[in-house]
Amino acid sequence: MATFEFLLQGLLVAAQPMNLLYALIGVTLGTAVGVLPGIGPALTVALLLPVTYRLDPGGSLIMFAGIYYGGMYGGSTTSILLNTPGESASIVTALEGNKMARAGRGGPALATAAIGSFVAGLIATLGLAFIAPYIVKLALVFGPREYFALMVLAFVTVSSAFGDSTLRGLTSLFVGLALSIIGIDQLTGQARLSFGVPELLDGIEVTTLAVAMFAIGETLYIAAQGDKGPDKVEAVRGSIWMSAADWARSWKAWLRGTFIGFPIGAMPAGGAEIGTFLSYAAEKRLTKHPEEFGNGAIEGVAGPEAANNASAAGTLVPLLTLGLPTTATAAIMLAGFQQYGLQPGPLLFATNPQLVWGLIASLLIANFMLLVLNLPLIGLWVKLLTVPKPWLYAGILLFATLGTIGANPSVYELGMLLAFGLLGYAMRIFGYPIAPVVVGLILGPLAEQQLRRALAISQGDYSVLFTSPIAAVLLIIAAAALIVPLILRARGRGEVLSQLAANED
Amino acid sequence: MTKGHHPSSATRRPDRAALFIAAVLAAIAGLIFWDVSRLTGAAGYSQVGPTTVPYAIACCLLGLAIWTAIEAFRGDFPERERQEVAPVIWIVGGLAAQMLLLNVAGFSIATGILFALTARGFGKRKLWFSLPVGIAICFVVWVIFAKLLLLSLPAGPLERLFF
Repeated sequence: MATFEFLLQGLLVAAQPMNLLYALIGVTLGTAVGVLPGIGPALTVALLLPVTYRLDPGGSLIMFAGIYYGGMYGGSTTSILLNTPGESASIVTALEGNKMARAGRGGPALATAAIGSFVAGLIATLGLAFIAPYIVKLALVFGPREYFALMVLAFVTVSSAFGDSTLRGLTSLFVGLALSIIGIDQLTGQARLSFGVPELLDGIEVTTLAVAMFAIGETLYIAAQGDKGPDKVEAVRGSIWMSAADWARSWKAWLRGTFIGFPIGAMPAGGAEIGTFLSYAAEKRLTKHPEEFGNGAIEGVAGPEAANNASAAGTLVPLLTLGLPTTATAAIMLAGFQQYGLQPGPLLFATNPQLVWGLIASLLIANFMLLVLNLPLIGLWVKLLTVPKPWLYAGILLFATLGTIGANPSVYELGMLLAFGLLGYAMRIFGYPIAPVVVGLILGPLAEQQLRRALAISQGDYSVLFTSPIAAVLLIIAAAALIVPLILRARGRGEVLSQLAANED
Repeated sequence: MTKGHHPSSATRRPDRAALFIAAVLAAIAGLIFWDVSRLTGAAGYSQVGPTTVPYAIACCLLGLAIWTAIEAFRGDFPERERQEVAPVIWIVGGLAAQMLLLNVAGFSIATGILFALTARGFGKRKLWFSLPVGIAICFVVWVIFAKLLLLSLPAGPLERLFF
């Protein structure tokens, strides 16, 4: 098995002392930032990107992998103890986890989340290692039109298939796409939408946009909600260890969550939250203790948390093998690759196998480190939750601007940060999703390149986009992903409306 | 984030904010049309050039603007929560101050002001306390990132005093 050899080689790379140190720093920083309320993995990764600027690509990506997994772990702690999930994927965890914490079972809830995340991360990372070579082989038969179709599918699923409005999802996506054409055209070198401003010729920096939208937009939004009193942090009382009964009830949920979450993350379908919802529903149906659901059932924490982490590892499948980010976090990771001139995709597996497999292996190592780091040090992370809001958000803005200044210390870049921060705030007020903007900005130029290559080959004949069977199928799925939710939403609301009418009678 | 829809009877009036969004989207589309129309002659061989995709995006934005306007008239936009303006102004002021002072006063002082004004926005009124604390924290951050991690963070009088 070639995969085994590659993975072993990767482990040798990842086990070098320096790389172990990078992984350790990564998971520690990732957990510490991820545990802060209101900070999801996307923002964690965007905020910590500058820390890795001065490292070599290998070390930097390894640290990055640690930050990614650490941010995921940290998020679950927040949602269990604080009931304010930092990200949509943790909402379900908060549902049962916070109830457990209130009932004095916060310890076992955190433990089952951590161990479940570990089990899921382990299986899913191995799944990534074994699936990746096959997808790379498949990707080699992909031409520009298949890539374009794939990117259209990613656009649709990220923006409009899930979420509460097709219109607002698509609007966000096209704002991102419009921003993506600013700068010099990659194929002809002509300046587009730069209006004679030299700084705009380079286009818009993905990390600037992501940090502005997530950190500054969120800070403004929280501040504008006014003082609603402090959030209540549940203390971890009693033992953090799980009883035999907890173990017996958790392990099946972990495995089910993993097998639900990983395929959903691996498909270009975007969003870890679908997996968590499905897992929660499955656990609720299969449980022997239905009366506990809603009052703190341990399966309701174990399953979704495993699904969450499994789909986080799953999103790395399209990212590494096809260069296709399907979540905001993956988009920022792609930006992390690009700062070293690396373009993830099938070619990277051929030209730089050490790097790719070193990264995959270091995900496994990061996962072990997180387990060790999380269970005994939980008290320390809980302390971080009690940082008062003013200092917390002042610190978030400090680090958000630090990253931008570190990348490009100019007044202009800070002005962009402020402008996009205000845009992110406005979008939050009106319920526009943020992730499609980021994905549109980073994937827009890639999609355009593939489209123009395909059309150049066909001498401008648009029908070529639909005549390849793979491309046609992908486009049909994309169209379905656009239209079906539209119909469902219209019908769903129709039903709600008719119910309202019935109640009034 | 389901905030529920307006009850349909109460919203015969069009949603002004949503109409404004529709106008902005249309304006962006117009801007793209105007800018890209100046690029000529590069389409060449395949009639597919640097203008193709911007035109497609602009058309879609125009379509979305119309769709937004329709939802605005039908009152389909979710209700907004009430926004406090004062904290937003404090924080935006902090960001603007940092932006303008960065190259003059250096990283620590400029970011310290941002820190204090953000805390002010969240209700910490004691600027005489939070400002020195902010500057001190930012100085420590500057030392770690500029000296240990070698990021290029602008130095000002305070940084030059020590290094």
